[in-house]
Parts: sequence; C-alpha cells; structure tokens
Amino acid sequence: MMKLVQWLWGLAILGSTWAALTTGTLGLELPLSCQEVLWPLPAYLLVSIGCYALATVGYRVATFHDCEDATRELQSQIQEARADLALRGLRF
Amino acid sequence: MASLEVRRSPPRSRRELEVRSPRRDRYSVLLPTYNERENLPLIVWLLVKSFSESGINYEIIIIDDGSPDGTRDVAEQLQKIYGSDRILLKPREKKLGLGTAYIHGMKHATGNYIIIMDADLSHHPKFIPEFIRKQKEGNFDIVSGTRYKGNGGVYGWDLKRKIISRGANFLTQILLRPGASDLTGSFRLYRKEVLEKLIEKCVSKGYVFQMEMIVRARQLNYTIGEVPISFVDRVYGESKLGGNEIVSFLKGLLTLFATT
Repeated sequence: MMKLVQWLWGLAILGSTWAALTTGTLGLELPLSCQEVLWPLPAYLLVSIGCYALATVGYRVATFHDCEDATRELQSQIQEARADLALRGLRF
Repeated sequence: MASLEVRRSPPRSRRELEVRSPRRDRYSVLLPTYNERENLPLIVWLLVKSFSESGINYEIIIIDDGSPDGTRDVAEQLQKIYGSDRILLKPREKKLGLGTAYIHGMKHATGNYIIIMDADLSHHPKFIPEFIRKQKEGNFDIVSGTRYKGNGGVYGWDLKRKIISRGANFLTQILLRPGASDLTGSFRLYRKEVLEKLIEKCVSKGYVFQMEMIVRARQLNYTIGEVPISFVDRVYGESKLGGNEIVSFLKGLLTLFATT
C-alpha cells in the first residue's frame, strides 16, 4: 500500500493545512491579500499541474527519437543474415 | 606451540579457492517465441554475430510455445548449424505466460546472467555488449534498455502511438517513481539469482509484468542501470494499440500503485 498511502498522507496533510488556514480554525489573523490567494490555491495548483503535465508530455513526444538509421541497418543485416544462413543450409 | 602453528598449511577450503580458476561469466539469452518462424533465424544470427564479435560466452535458449507455423522446426535447424552448446531448445506444448516461459528457460540456463528480449527483431542484439559493459561498470543487478532516455528511440510509431507511450510513461513515473525511465520495456539483463527472486514475487501478466519486475526490484533494493536502445516496431502497422490494452495497462498501473 506504500505509494497510494504516501499520496493519501500527502493530500491529507496539505488539505487539512489549507482548510485550517482558510477557515481560520487556528485563530490566525491573516492579511486579506493572503486569504484571497489561499482560497483558490487548490484550483490554481490543479491547473498548473495539468499544464505542466501537458507541456512535459508534449515536449517528450516532440523530441521522441525516430531511429531511421537503426531500421536501415536492420534491413541490410536481414539481407546479410538470410544469405549467410542459406549458405549454412537453413531451409526457410 | 606458537611456532608450529605458523608453519601449518592453510585450511583446505582456502587452498581449494586459490587453486580453482576464476569463474567465467556466461550469458544466457531467453527467447520465448510464438509464431516467429520468419524472425527466429534472423535474431539468432544477429545474436551469434554480436556475441562472437565481442568474444562473449553465451547460450541462447529458445522457448517455443507450440507455434503452429513451424517455429520449432526452424529452431532445430538452427541448433544443428550453431551447435547444441550454444542453442538450447526448451519448447512447451501450448501458449502459456511469459513469466512461466522465463522460469522454464532459467531451469536449464547455465549462465550466471540472463538476458531477456523480444524475438521479433524489435530489439537489436548489438546493444547486449553495451548492457554487459554497463553492468560491469556499476556492478548493477539489472540493466534495462530504455527507449526514452539518451539516444534511445523508436522507429515505426505514428504521433498517436507516441503520445500514448509518453503519456503512459509520464503517469507511471508520477505514480510509481520507479527510478527507471522505461518500465514497459522488455530488453533487459539480469543477474540470474535476481531474476529468479523477482519472478517468484511478481503476479501480473503481459507487459504489466515487466513493470512489476522493476518496481519489485526497487523494493528489494536491487540496483538498476540503463542503456538507451532503439526499438524497431515492425508489427505496429498490423496490430494497433487498442482500447483493451490501454485499459489493462491502467488497471495494472493502479494495482501496482495500490500494492507496492
């Protein structure tokens, strides 16, 4: 249960901290500007994470290496192999 | 008396160790096959070429699951050509799982390292000497071929396939933090005892099995090295990645997420 448990713990800690700060249960008097940022913070984070994910996957797809030379090499080696094996008596 | 003890010869076990020559590394390649009549001779030829050119001590174990296309016949011919000390045939009656194919193959493997790879020419044996070099360099328990790092890559995938692949890999990295960049890859070098231990512990099927091996390896604190490889997908045109496979991948990923 390790990874799932780690995630649940992390979310629980962050969630309860945010809830405590926004509902003022800790009795802290935060300046209004802080409160204004804190309230929609989870939504902001979700959108940022989404953008990061899209950007990362997009970048990785764009830079995905197309092994043209590997295929050419393989094709020529296949020819070589077939010829050599036929010489050695392989019946394809 | 003290002086007499010093002149006494060393204990028998130590003398045996000194006299015995150092054990040479031998690499066993496990090739599970199903309907690979066309490709089997080619992959064996490439393997023999790579190993011979690098002077590596090897054997190739072909585990055919009762292929109806005559793969076994071709395998027997290859054994006659290359010798039965290099090519071992361990066929099975019908198509059983990959994990059991590895177990079956390993029972007869005389090497101290095992290499697993695909028999359809998507993995090129020329990378095996690099795996071996990497393994020695870092004394790794496992060396995994990666398509996603360095100059690793794939040939034959369209944009959709690349997106699915990178997206799935991204999700896997986030959820499992496995410490290896290519989890679904099946071109790997293992120490024999490490592979035996991991197969014992793994419960999944298909390529989730390959993922689980790496995740369990990390749990057991085995060290993993990586070597970029090129993957030439010649079957993608024939067998597109379907919705079923994506669903089973997600199910497998979530299972690993919840249980490891």
